[in-house]
Amino acid sequence: MIANFLGVLFDGIAYGSLLFLISIGLSVTLGLMNFVNLAHGAFAMLGGYVCVTLMTRYGVPFLATLPVAFAVTALVGAVLERTLYRRLYKASPLDQVLFSIGLTFMAIAAATYVWGSSQQPVRLPEALRGQVELFGLHVGAYRLFLIAVVVLVTVALVLLVNRTRFGARVRAAVDNADVAAGVGINVNLVYSVMFALGTGLAGLGGALGIDVLGLDPTFPLKYMVYFLLVVAVGGAGTIRGPLVAALILGFFDVAGKYYVPQVGAFIIYTLMVLLLIAFPAGLYGRRA
Amino acid sequence: MKRILAIAAALLASTPLFAQEPVKIGVIAPFSGPFADYGRQFEGGIKAYMKLNGSTVAGRKVEVIYRDTTGPNPEIAKRHAQELVTRDKVDFLAGFGLTPEALAVADVATEAKKPMIVMNAASSIVTTKSPYIARFSMTLQQVSAPMGTWAAKNGIKKVYTLVSDYAPGIDSETGFRNAFTAAGGTVVDSIRVPLRNPEFAPFIQRIKDAKPEAVFVFLPAGEQGVAFMKGVQERGLAQAGIKVIATGDITDDRVIDAMGDAALGMITTFHYSAAHDSPENQAFLKAFAEVAADKGRPNFMAIGGFDGMAGIYEVVRKLGNTIDGDQAMAVLKGLKLTSPRGPITIDAGTRDIVQTVYVRRVEKRGANYYNVEFDRFPDMRDPGKP
Repeated sequence: MIANFLGVLFDGIAYGSLLFLISIGLSVTLGLMNFVNLAHGAFAMLGGYVCVTLMTRYGVPFLATLPVAFAVTALVGAVLERTLYRRLYKASPLDQVLFSIGLTFMAIAAATYVWGSSQQPVRLPEALRGQVELFGLHVGAYRLFLIAVVVLVTVALVLLVNRTRFGARVRAAVDNADVAAGVGINVNLVYSVMFALGTGLAGLGGALGIDVLGLDPTFPLKYMVYFLLVVAVGGAGTIRGPLVAALILGFFDVAGKYYVPQVGAFIIYTLMVLLLIAFPAGLYGRRA
Repeated sequence: MKRILAIAAALLASTPLFAQEPVKIGVIAPFSGPFADYGRQFEGGIKAYMKLNGSTVAGRKVEVIYRDTTGPNPEIAKRHAQELVTRDKVDFLAGFGLTPEALAVADVATEAKKPMIVMNAASSIVTTKSPYIARFSMTLQQVSAPMGTWAAKNGIKKVYTLVSDYAPGIDSETGFRNAFTAAGGTVVDSIRVPLRNPEFAPFIQRIKDAKPEAVFVFLPAGEQGVAFMKGVQERGLAQAGIKVIATGDITDDRVIDAMGDAALGMITTFHYSAAHDSPENQAFLKAFAEVAADKGRPNFMAIGGFDGMAGIYEVVRKLGNTIDGDQAMAVLKGLKLTSPRGPITIDAGTRDIVQTVYVRRVEKRGANYYNVEFDRFPDMRDPGKP
């Protein structure tokens, strides 16, 4: 009984970690930059395809593809930010939504054209497959790996935003772009780097997610609900919010499916509704 | 008067020459969107058939018109059918990747008296919706029931079932459960999972803790099946002595390579595998590779397209210049064909397909994975029909 519960707890944390990884990029663009970027999933998908292509076509090991997936999507994100996104920073959220959803559909069509509509295979290295024993508990090796990545990403992001000069500039630029520019901060550059970081994280999340979520051109639409859910419940604008939200949602989803499989799959949505009623701005929302 | 009669007679005599109009076939299926693969597979199967059997039949050229439904959109399918009948004057309506498309077009086929060739749509009820429907694909119960019989015969007595919570999943569950319990097996518990479900771990853990002898699974081909099989491998169900049995949807020829080793040894029942060993299948695979090189390995939908065309050619051969709906159905009823999947018959009463269902095991051949057939249930009818 206790062992069962510990197993569920671990799986829940691991699933929450995955939710966090695929959503954290959106938390950066939506939360820190106030841009409703529904094309987030498209960047995640690009990261996934970069990872798969490198592995199957060039035999690059899985772990080595992850930084490349991050870098390539960050670069594409930076280019799109310079050419397209920046025109819409001052636009209404509806315009941003329409623009980014259009971009998503273009990405889906492009991915179908280049990679075809079928599922992409991903073969994890031997060390990340199967189960390992941890304090007498059998846990999935890949799940353990995902949790480790989340810890790394979270620590790095928190340090970047809260402890570095760049982080201070970002916070200043987001809070008041005009004043920030007035005191000599290159707001445009800060925004570009931030956007690239957000899309890069999306790409990383996409690459890490394919083993569990699969990868085909409908990826951006299929998982959009989950990205939005985590960011909405967590509250935009912090790293901690989405992390806590993802862990809560992940745990209750897994526990619900395990203990009451008849309704388990809906618990995550019920929980979202309840949490949003209790915390309309999200768990750690900065704005009321 | 005599001259007029003579001219009329001459005209009548020469009509066959004038009447060499093309046979028009309207194919309604998703060619874009998440189900785009269905339409592409139909197209590949149709082209492969025409490559092997020529693009003329009974002296008439065959013209195929493709219409895209973009997914399970009944209204679009119906509109396409109406346009194909009234504007393009097609002789046959064909295709139908998804059940809603077929159901929406059934009325149009009845009203226009056009033979409607179903190349996939696999819910049992489809053929009952119009007397002009003939199905060349399969039904879900037809392929899931043999698994129930096979499992009980092979020493599996306690099974857990897990299916997707929508009509095809429930059809499969029913077909399996009825056949399995009739053969003396017990279904210990059943889970229906929602169609969008990225996380299978807790379900799999629950099944593992229940310790059945096997788990019967129906999941639509695609990431769901891949995710499930990876979860099964990660949790070590095989080591715990729990077999995974399923219908062939989950190890579909299109996705099986994406599952990789996770699928190895898995036992499924289905009506077609690209690894089916017959000269007809060899010819089909070769033709498919030539006409649809970019479409990869053909799967059961390509076979549906291929055999649907075979049915259409048979009708045109018998009827020649005018395709009358009722006469066409008379030709299709009881029609027997040797398909790349094996012998098939269109049942004279239900107009549904009767075919061999194979028991297959996933094996690795070179770098690729295949469903290799090792047992069979000949002449399976749809158990959902009286």
